[in-house]
Amino acid sequence: MEILKYTDEHHEFRKRLRTFMETEVIPNIDQWETDHIVPKEAWRKMGRAGFLCTWASKEYGGQGLDFLYSVISTEEMAKTNHTGLAAMLHSDIIVPYINSFGSEAQKKKYLPGCISGDIITAVAMTEPDAGSDLAGMRSTAEMDGDEIIINGAKTFISNGINADLAIVAAKNPLEENPYQALSLYLVEDGTPGFTRGRHLDKMGFHSQDTAELFFSNCRIPKENILGQPGMGFIMLMQKLQQERLMCAIGAQAAAELMLKWTIDYCKTHHDAAGKPFSKSQATQFALVEMMTEIKVGRAFIDKLICEHAAGENVVVETSMAKYWTTDLAKNLARRCLDLFGDFGLTEDCPLARGFRDVRVMSIFAGTNEVMKGIAAKFMGL
Amino acid sequence: MEFNLSKSQKEIQKAAWEFARGEFDKEMIIELSKAQKLPDGIVEKSAELGFIGIHFPEDVNGGGMGLFEFVLVAETFCRKDSTLGSALMFSGYAAECILRNGDPALKTKFLPQIADGRITSTGAFLEPNQGYDLTRISTTAQAIGDDWILNGKKTFVPCGNTAGIFIVLCQTDASATPPAAGMSLIVVETASPGLSVSRVSQNLGGRMLPFCDLAFDNVRVPGAHLIGKPGSGYALTQNFFTENRIQIAGLALGTAQGAFDRALAYVKQREQFGKKLAQFQVTRHKLAEMAASIETARYLTYHAAWRFDQGKVEPHQASMAKLMATRAAMSVADEAVQLLGGYGYMTEYEVEHFFRDAKQAEIFQGTPAAQKDIIADGIIGKLK
Repeated sequence: MEILKYTDEHHEFRKRLRTFMETEVIPNIDQWETDHIVPKEAWRKMGRAGFLCTWASKEYGGQGLDFLYSVISTEEMAKTNHTGLAAMLHSDIIVPYINSFGSEAQKKKYLPGCISGDIITAVAMTEPDAGSDLAGMRSTAEMDGDEIIINGAKTFISNGINADLAIVAAKNPLEENPYQALSLYLVEDGTPGFTRGRHLDKMGFHSQDTAELFFSNCRIPKENILGQPGMGFIMLMQKLQQERLMCAIGAQAAAELMLKWTIDYCKTHHDAAGKPFSKSQATQFALVEMMTEIKVGRAFIDKLICEHAAGENVVVETSMAKYWTTDLAKNLARRCLDLFGDFGLTEDCPLARGFRDVRVMSIFAGTNEVMKGIAAKFMGL
Repeated sequence: MEFNLSKSQKEIQKAAWEFARGEFDKEMIIELSKAQKLPDGIVEKSAELGFIGIHFPEDVNGGGMGLFEFVLVAETFCRKDSTLGSALMFSGYAAECILRNGDPALKTKFLPQIADGRITSTGAFLEPNQGYDLTRISTTAQAIGDDWILNGKKTFVPCGNTAGIFIVLCQTDASATPPAAGMSLIVVETASPGLSVSRVSQNLGGRMLPFCDLAFDNVRVPGAHLIGKPGSGYALTQNFFTENRIQIAGLALGTAQGAFDRALAYVKQREQFGKKLAQFQVTRHKLAEMAASIETARYLTYHAAWRFDQGKVEPHQASMAKLMATRAAMSVADEAVQLLGGYGYMTEYEVEHFFRDAKQAEIFQGTPAAQKDIIADGIIGKLK
């Protein structure tokens, strides 16, 4: 019995998306990994084909599709074994802020471009001294007549180089309570005072343009505040459930893909004596254990997808799922790589990239230690 | 029981640390790793100070020390940098085959060149789609006159693109039963006509130790380049693997220690939620686990190296050291990445390459499962 009720339309969408990936994405990935960025044209192609922000309503040029389409998009992207074209981040984590909290004018101005792929988005929260601890944020936003002046430095910003529009978190220096000082602002590429720092080198996510962003007396019109002043934390809290669930879905899908490759490899390759690897008892047990974990994870994730789509509060469970699935993906990558032997040590083995890529998942969107802290709090501990 | 390092061992450790501190430049290492190259002149410099060939006798320009001292240097170098450290300690890879089994003329011909840093050596044992089971191989060496003529393909040859000599496992007697009884080790110089590097792989870890594929097409080698007796190749290769697993345990031990050092320094300085990370109980317990696994790996590795030098190491003892030290390196480097958070994933903060290098150590020269097979053979013995 399937937990998720996919319709024929969902299956049809998945098929179309897979074809798109096979023709427009997968053939280019090696180049994007070398370039450390995805060309903007790829985003536009994806948007034009109807694969960005599938949930957005028709009045802004969207399709008004349900949450399962977001799930499908995230899973299919994970199956491409690359992270640069960060459609899930854009479609299901960042743009929803504009949709939920933006004014009608902001929505009219930005949503059509976000849907078509003409506007690539980034969210700028993390700072050199404020990672998971957002209260430690130092960036400031000060009113000056009809304008807001933003100053500060952000780091580890995904889509940092490509971003046409950044949602920037900054504090009102006049407000002492750090939780009430935080607001979100929309800053367009090209605004004077908004510059890119370094394009950061990292273990994996090579096709993803992770960068530093700097704001130096960056003036934006006061209309560019997103939502109500001082509501930054509340808005972030409201969106974290979906953000963490999306991370968990991505990690689960990545783990499923890596295990599939490994099983295929063990069945089709043999030792020097001609015995397939999959006939070794230790290998069999390892694969069985990992498949069991995959199935446990899948049941948990699918249940959370149902509950989230139904609008239920599953903050605790999504925190648990984020930590559990990202640890699963990390540990499974390590174990699967062993089964490939020396071949797993070269980048010719697709799992080598997977091994490098999934390592960040237990860190981003709140480290797994933070996830456990949240769960502990909600469990009344 | 004596657990202290001797005065000269402490001096070696100190000298290795000072050398690494002076020569291992972080930015340079990160840059050269992308090109899978070693810094210019570093092999020569470390050879000059006696770190390469430290376990060779003095009459071939070695340090006259044992495998234990090799392990101390490997640990120290990798503590400073796992990528460059392991590449340097592999600059004499498989030269031990000559060292332990070669006749005096062969030793005199090649070992001083390695100990002086003039050439590097590597081993060509594995073959495509073969794994570490070398009971059947396809590379052949035929005796023609006084020479050997080699034909075949080898794979996963570390630094095959820069090595001066190759220690090649080949079938010298096709009629031997079992086939392993007809294998021999032969030294091939890189300039030999017919020898080519057909591929250099991009590595996941160990990016200064690229794996190469070699092709031998009627490569002519002097008969005197045979190591030991004809037909001894399989056994000598297994002996070398045992020795090399202890060496890798030493590299992994340093990799674990280096990742730990960086994580410890970070959590003592980084503040989140109003206190130092080192003040959180969970951080403290992570550090405790890391430190405990490093100590476990250290004594197992030191003990295996010491037994080797006493001439009484068993293959399963080397495999235990390799299994546990590389596991420690993986888990410690993994936790170091986690403790550094986003910085841990960034190239600039180094622990990400310690993590990848640890994975290389864990898989190369036999995966954890392969080590367990060897350990099980050693502890179970023959069943009635």
